[in-house]
Amino acid sequence: MSMKHSVRLAVNGALYERLVEARMTLADFLRNELHLTGTHLGCEHGVCGACTVLLNGNAVRSCLLLAVQANGAELLTVEGLTAGEQLHPLQRAFQDRHALQCGFCTPGFLMTAFAFLKETPRPTHAEVREAISGNICRCTGYQPIVQAILQAAGETATDKKRDIPKR
Amino acid sequence: MKPAPFEYFAPEKIDDAVELLARYGEDGKILAGGQSLMPLMNLRLARPQVVIDINRVTALDYIAQGADGVLAIGALTRQRSLEHSAVVKDHNPVLAATMPLIGHFQIRNRGTIGGSLVHADPAAELPAVSLALGAEFVVKSERGERVISAEKFFLGSMTTVIEPTELLTEIRFPRWRPGSGWAVEEVARRRGDFAMVGAVVWLQLDGTGLCEETRVALFGVEDRPVRIVRGEQILLGNRPEADIFAEVAEVVAEQLDPVSDVHASREYRKEVGACLTRRALQTASGKVGKGVDP
Repeated sequence: MSMKHSVRLAVNGALYERLVEARMTLADFLRNELHLTGTHLGCEHGVCGACTVLLNGNAVRSCLLLAVQANGAELLTVEGLTAGEQLHPLQRAFQDRHALQCGFCTPGFLMTAFAFLKETPRPTHAEVREAISGNICRCTGYQPIVQAILQAAGETATDKKRDIPKR
Repeated sequence: MKPAPFEYFAPEKIDDAVELLARYGEDGKILAGGQSLMPLMNLRLARPQVVIDINRVTALDYIAQGADGVLAIGALTRQRSLEHSAVVKDHNPVLAATMPLIGHFQIRNRGTIGGSLVHADPAAELPAVSLALGAEFVVKSERGERVISAEKFFLGSMTTVIEPTELLTEIRFPRWRPGSGWAVEEVARRRGDFAMVGAVVWLQLDGTGLCEETRVALFGVEDRPVRIVRGEQILLGNRPEADIFAEVAEVVAEQLDPVSDVHASREYRKEVGACLTRRALQTASGKVGKGVDP
């Protein structure tokens, strides 16, 4: 029953291998096995979006995936957004616009916005609202988050040097 | 909030998945996109002994347009793939338009067409769309293959005719008739929430502008998607106009037998069902004859 499975994957460019039970979610794997605690767990049943990460380039809820399912995959978590001490344009925009208060939901919003801007580099206000509709924030009232994402989109669309890194 | 222990298999071939289903029967549970099963497992509302993860069965992930015009979709095809597929947009605009109504994009990145159909949540869009469009489901077991119509597939809340040893492999939508009018409408508290009430309508006119064929289906109101056959009959042979739509809406309010729950009362659901049907018929009639993808 509690047989362990080998999971090998790349997170933010680094390779990891662990033996885990099949029932371990990807979110718990990231936090407890790899100690990448930037990925937050809110509801643990796919409603709040706090645990959003990129799996092979696609934004997914890491609480609704088993770690074994990510065997062989490439992941990007919030820790991978920064280049060293330099904030990612999205993170800077969140800071500029006061798009967070307690910060619990922020990693999920950042990863959602990152995936969204990859596909939609010049979004409209309405498109941004739609994109973050699957993430819950209980502090900010969402307006600053929308503004931050639009600001980051504006910067990355005009400044090549600040282009969102391709992963 | 952790799943109870289970035995895990990740077959790569359809036959291996089917063999595992045969071996474990009632104890085995197929894991597709996991957007419904995983929450149930995290909350321990579901405690399968054996999880058969089909995400590595790549042969179940395809969108194919046959020579006969039938649109065949592999059960593991992600909702996001259907949303972005040019083939789906051209050959089944209803299906394409339904996708953005399902959850959020992070959910659709994982969620599959087959998973949603087999899960058969009464408030889900895809079961109603498949019913309205006359889809067929191909299911496979060690005994062979059978094809089930959407009409006979859904038995009740989260219950279908699929046996524990069967695997849904393909969903077939009949040839899309260019010039058909259609609409999908729903009312939910917030974007991406489950619909409290939803309506799917489809209609085709003859050369003289009279309604020749039509489907009206509602979801989120009863324990499974419901067709409003009496309403469809009212439309047949008539011009698609407001007074006829009002008659159909009346039938909807009469026929629907919704439950009251925390999301909406029975009366509210009846009223919204009628209203959405009228609106959807209006939208659909506006699209008639405007080409493949209005």
